[in-house]
Amino acid sequence: MAVQADTVARPGRRPGRRFAGIPYVLLLPGLLWLGIFFVVPMIFLLSQSLQTGSLETGYRLTFHFATYSDSLSQFARQFLRSFEYAFIATLLALLIGYPLAYTIALKAGRLKPVLLVMVIAPFFTSFLLRTLAWQTILNTDGLVMKFFRTTHLLSVTSALGWTNGQQLLSSPLAVVTGLTYNFLPFMTLPLFASLDRLDPRLLEAAGDLYARPITTFRRITLPMSMPGVVAGTLLTFIPAAVDFINSQLLGNPQTAMIGQVIDGYFLRINDYPTAAALSFSLMLAILILVSVYVRRSGTEELV
Amino acid sequence: MVATTDRRVVSNRRPRRAPWTVLRENIVWLVAIAALCYLLLPNLVVVLFSFNKPNGRFNYTWQRFSFDAWRHPCGAPGMCQSLGLSLKIGIAATVASTVLGTMIAFALARYRFRGRTASNLLIFMPMATPEVVMGSSLLTLFVSLGIPLGRTTILIAHIMFCLSYVVVTVKARIAGLDPRLEQAAADLYATELQTFRRITLPLVAPGIAAGALLAFSLSFDDYIVTNFNASNASITFPMYVWGAAARGTPVQINVIGTAMFLVAVLAVGIGQLAGRRRYR
Repeated sequence: MAVQADTVARPGRRPGRRFAGIPYVLLLPGLLWLGIFFVVPMIFLLSQSLQTGSLETGYRLTFHFATYSDSLSQFARQFLRSFEYAFIATLLALLIGYPLAYTIALKAGRLKPVLLVMVIAPFFTSFLLRTLAWQTILNTDGLVMKFFRTTHLLSVTSALGWTNGQQLLSSPLAVVTGLTYNFLPFMTLPLFASLDRLDPRLLEAAGDLYARPITTFRRITLPMSMPGVVAGTLLTFIPAAVDFINSQLLGNPQTAMIGQVIDGYFLRINDYPTAAALSFSLMLAILILVSVYVRRSGTEELV
Repeated sequence: MVATTDRRVVSNRRPRRAPWTVLRENIVWLVAIAALCYLLLPNLVVVLFSFNKPNGRFNYTWQRFSFDAWRHPCGAPGMCQSLGLSLKIGIAATVASTVLGTMIAFALARYRFRGRTASNLLIFMPMATPEVVMGSSLLTLFVSLGIPLGRTTILIAHIMFCLSYVVVTVKARIAGLDPRLEQAAADLYATELQTFRRITLPLVAPGIAAGALLAFSLSFDDYIVTNFNASNASITFPMYVWGAAARGTPVQINVIGTAMFLVAVLAVGIGQLAGRRRYR
C-alpha cells in the first residue's frame, strides 16, 4: 500500500542507448484508462455537485454551493456516526490485531505460514456472505445471544445504548462488531509486515541489558512497529468510515452511516447534486483526517 | 504472499522464566487464537449452513442437516446466471487489469522519466477513494454521456479499480529483484529481449500471479461499485446475495461460498507447495 519514494536508479544498469519513449508507451494504455474512467468521472461528479435540476428536466451548472452546506447540515449526524464507528472499530482492530500480528511474526515459528493463511482465509469467501453470517451468529436464537442473556450483559449493553431491546442484531454493537471483523485483516497484515522485519537481536540486546519484557515492548517493539500501526489504522479507518454494508445488514435506520445516505440519494432518491456534494465532503473529510494523522504520527513514507 | 523466513524465537532459547511471565506470554497466544476464531467464525458458519434445511425463506437458524443444496446448486432461480456473469467479468477484468498494470509497473520500476510522480499519484488515488464515490462518479459519467448500463460498464469499472492493486503488487516484486541476475545474462551476451523473456519475466511472474489473483478476488467480490454501474439485466453474484438478504437467502449461496473457499484454499496450498519445491 505504501507508495514508496522513488527507488534510486538501479545500480550497475547498463547505460545503453534506449528509445526514450518506452516508459510512456508502457504507461499510456493503463493511465489513459484511469484518466477516462477515474479522473474524468471525478470532474463530472464535482460539476454535478454544483448543478441544479432533476433527472427528468436535466441539470444545469449553476455553481449552487448551497447544496454542500444544506446536505452537510442535514446529514451531520450520519457523518459523525460514520467517523465514530470507524474510530471505535479501528481501535478494537488494533487491540485485537496487534497481539495476533505479534504472535505470528515473533512467536509462531514454523506455524507462521499457516497462521498467515488463516488471517487471509476469510477473503476467500464473499464478504457479503460473511457479513450475512454475522446475522446468524448474533441471531436471537443463537449461542451468543444466550450468553448475553444469561450473563445479563444484554441489559448492560442496552443501558449503554449499544443494543436496543431484547436483541443483539440491528444495533450499534452489531455494526461495530461487523466493521471490526471485516477490516481486521487490513490491520493485521501491515502490523505483521513491520513486526516480521524486526531484528530479533534487538530484543535480545534489550533483555541482555536487563530490560523487563514490558520495557522491551514499550521501548523497542512498539516504536519499531509504528509504520505498521499507522498503515494498519489507515487501511482500517478509511474503508470502515465509508462502509455501508455492515450498517445496512447488521444495523437499523438509527445506525445509518454516510455511505448509505450517498447510495440512497444516488440510486433511490435520484438527487444527484446532493449525493455528489456528500461524496466530495466525505472525501475531503477523510483527506483532512488522514493528513493530520500522518503528520502527527510522523511517518512520512506513507504518502 | 507469505513470508517463510523461519526465525528462532528469542524467548525459546532463554532459561525458564518466572511463572507470571510464562502466563503472560500465553495470554498473547490466547488473544491471538481468540482473534483467529473471530476471523474464521463467519467462514465456519457459511460452510455449516450450506448443509442446513431452513423452514422459511431465510437461512438464519439451524434446522436440520441436509445435502439438498449441494445436490441442486443451481436450484435457486437466477443464482447460477449471476455467478456465471461474475466469473466472466472477473476473468475479463483480471486479464485486462493484469496486462495494463504489469506494463505500468515495469515503466514505474525500471525507468525514470518526467511525470513519474504524477503517475504514481494517479495510481494511488483510486485505492484511497471511497468505493461509493468511485461508483457514483462513474455513474454520473455514463449517465451524462448516455451510455447504457450493463455488463460493459461493470467491466470498465472493475478494470479501473483493479488496475492500481496490480501495479502496486507487481512493482513491489520488480523492486525486490536481484539486479545481478540480469547483469549476468547481459554479460553472457543475451540481448535485452532475451534477458527480459528468460530472466526478468519468470522472476516477476509470482508477483504478476499475485496481482492477478488479487484483481480477480476484488472484481468477483465487489458489490458497491458494481451496483452503481449495473442494470437489472446484469446481476452479478454479490448483487444477487445483496438482493437475497432482503428477499430470502437460499442455501445455495452458502454452497457457492463454501466451494469458492475450498478452491481458494487449494490454490494457495498448491501455490505454496510449488513455491517451496522451486526454491529448495
